[in-house]
Amino acid sequence: MKKRAYLITFIVGIFAFISTKTHAELEIVITEGVNNARPIAVVPFKWTGSSVLPEDITQVITNNLLRSGKFNPISLSDMPQFPTTETEINYRAWADIGIDTVITGSIEPVEGGQYRVQFQLIDVLRAQMTGGENSVLVDGRLIATKDHVLEDRAKNIRGEDFRQYAHIISDIVYEKLTGERGAFLTRIAYVVVKDRVSDRLPYQLVIADYDGANETRLLSSPEPLMSPSWSPDGNKLAYVSFENKRPQIFIQNIYTTERTLITSFDGINGSPVFSPDGEKLAMVLSKDGNPEIYVMDLATRQLERITRNRAIDTEPAWAPDGKTLTFTSERGGKAQIYKVDLKTKRARRLTFEGDRNLGAEITPDNANLVVVNQTQGNYHIARQQLSTGNMLVLTKTFLDESPSIAPNGSMIIYSTLHEGKQVLSLVSLDGRFKALLPATDGEVKSPSWSPFLL
Amino acid sequence: MLTNKKLKTLLVVIPALTIMACASGPSEEELAAERAKQESERVAAEQAAQEAAQAEALAQAEAAEAEALRVAKDLMQQEKTELESQQTVYFDFDRSTIKPEFEAILKKHAAFLVKNGNLSVRIEGHTDSRGTPEYNIALGERRGQAVETFLRNEGVSSSQIAVVSFGEEKPAVSGTSEYAFAQNRRGVVVYE
Repeated sequence: MKKRAYLITFIVGIFAFISTKTHAELEIVITEGVNNARPIAVVPFKWTGSSVLPEDITQVITNNLLRSGKFNPISLSDMPQFPTTETEINYRAWADIGIDTVITGSIEPVEGGQYRVQFQLIDVLRAQMTGGENSVLVDGRLIATKDHVLEDRAKNIRGEDFRQYAHIISDIVYEKLTGERGAFLTRIAYVVVKDRVSDRLPYQLVIADYDGANETRLLSSPEPLMSPSWSPDGNKLAYVSFENKRPQIFIQNIYTTERTLITSFDGINGSPVFSPDGEKLAMVLSKDGNPEIYVMDLATRQLERITRNRAIDTEPAWAPDGKTLTFTSERGGKAQIYKVDLKTKRARRLTFEGDRNLGAEITPDNANLVVVNQTQGNYHIARQQLSTGNMLVLTKTFLDESPSIAPNGSMIIYSTLHEGKQVLSLVSLDGRFKALLPATDGEVKSPSWSPFLL
Repeated sequence: MLTNKKLKTLLVVIPALTIMACASGPSEEELAAERAKQESERVAAEQAAQEAAQAEALAQAEAAEAEALRVAKDLMQQEKTELESQQTVYFDFDRSTIKPEFEAILKKHAAFLVKNGNLSVRIEGHTDSRGTPEYNIALGERRGQAVETFLRNEGVSSSQIAVVSFGEEKPAVSGTSEYAFAQNRRGVVVYE
């Protein structure tokens, strides 16, 4: 099911209309941080067939590695040769231009219109040391090994799976070289707001691959859509819709498009977030007078009130263990981030730097808090180390909001203002890599990064 | 309607009497009958005229009443239209207190709603685009509630008021100028 994610056309909700694969509306423009990244060579995969390939695998892998902020793939014109397998590699030539890692590959046509994609990940420095033929002692005998070949895989794939397989190769390479799981096979959900005067259904809930490809509209509405948030299995989105002239929380299966109304209380119905086990939904309701954090058991629909305070409490986010929530509260005067234990309901303030801190998320390793920090009227994405409390402002863009962290914790997607329009933007958790995702049409906001999908 | 029916009954009865009296030559009785007939015709005609006048008067009264109602409704509609052209109050950055300059407008809305207890309003709270969308939903609600509290303190029934916050999702003016920000920090009284 998940594997076929790209191919599924989403069908009609109340205000939705059938949407086919739209033109990629988002494009990633890297603005900072590639120069310090690790150089790598992705040699164009050799195609032995005669037809036109459905997708340029090498380009997708190159873009993925570049956009991870961790790698700087060199351009074709800088490559000393175009080897297809490790046996064809002139290690010296690559080492001379400072490349210590090379990816080679080939694509052959096979029976039934499929393609055989083979690739190798090669450690040039290791190969130089061993001459490409290392020997190790095994049971008292010398055995030749090729320990400079870090990965060597081949798989038969269908034409429509090219992009997905390119993401899988990227994930393998990324994990092998960084020790961290790759997040290339993930998606983002976001809200697009088209022209509110000329467009009858200006508010749209959209899903795309993490890189903006395969954009698909899930819902279109005349009234605002807010706060999409993924279920941990990647099959559903919780969101807020004003389609009935007031906020209501819905959960929608993105494959069947089946939709369930979750809350429709008087006042605010907002900020729905699935618990890590997918069984609960944290949310904000103001049915008792002012915004408070609640947790709903999705099986029984039972609500548990978590906060009880006359000030604004909003923006719940789950800790990875599901035992605590962070949230934004004005109980101390101005908005700051607090953490509440779901059992004891006791809350503790976490942020102290700057005038305000809002919209927190916790990194998957539970080590950092990512927030919107307001200092002297500027709103920027910042990261606070939970163990030390040290805060580092990561962005320099304007009116940053809605940060969402990639499931491997490497990257943050957020909404910002660029040339007078709301656009999505990326920043690595260390703040070194920065990119913009300008849209061709409309404003783009409320990004939410999916969990791992495979 | 009713008067018309009565008139028809009379017209049927009178010719019947005349036919019965024509059996022999004109006599005193016949002449008397003729006079009686003329008399009764006169009475009938008078009665008919009277009843027609009454009907006319009734219709006129009804029309006048409808006219008065229409005028009242027009006045109400006019007042409502006028109020709807002054439906927005503006707030300071991150604040939700009603500024003194908007009290007069809100008082007019309150008086109108008290007078027209069958009408209800939706108060929409909005914010500028600074701060997070979720926080702004909370702030927008606080602004809506500030307007609601003001109206209730002026005697409007709580059943006539609903508050909906749109946060920063529906700006009145797009862009990030101070002017746009100021125009977007608002509470809007919308008649349902």
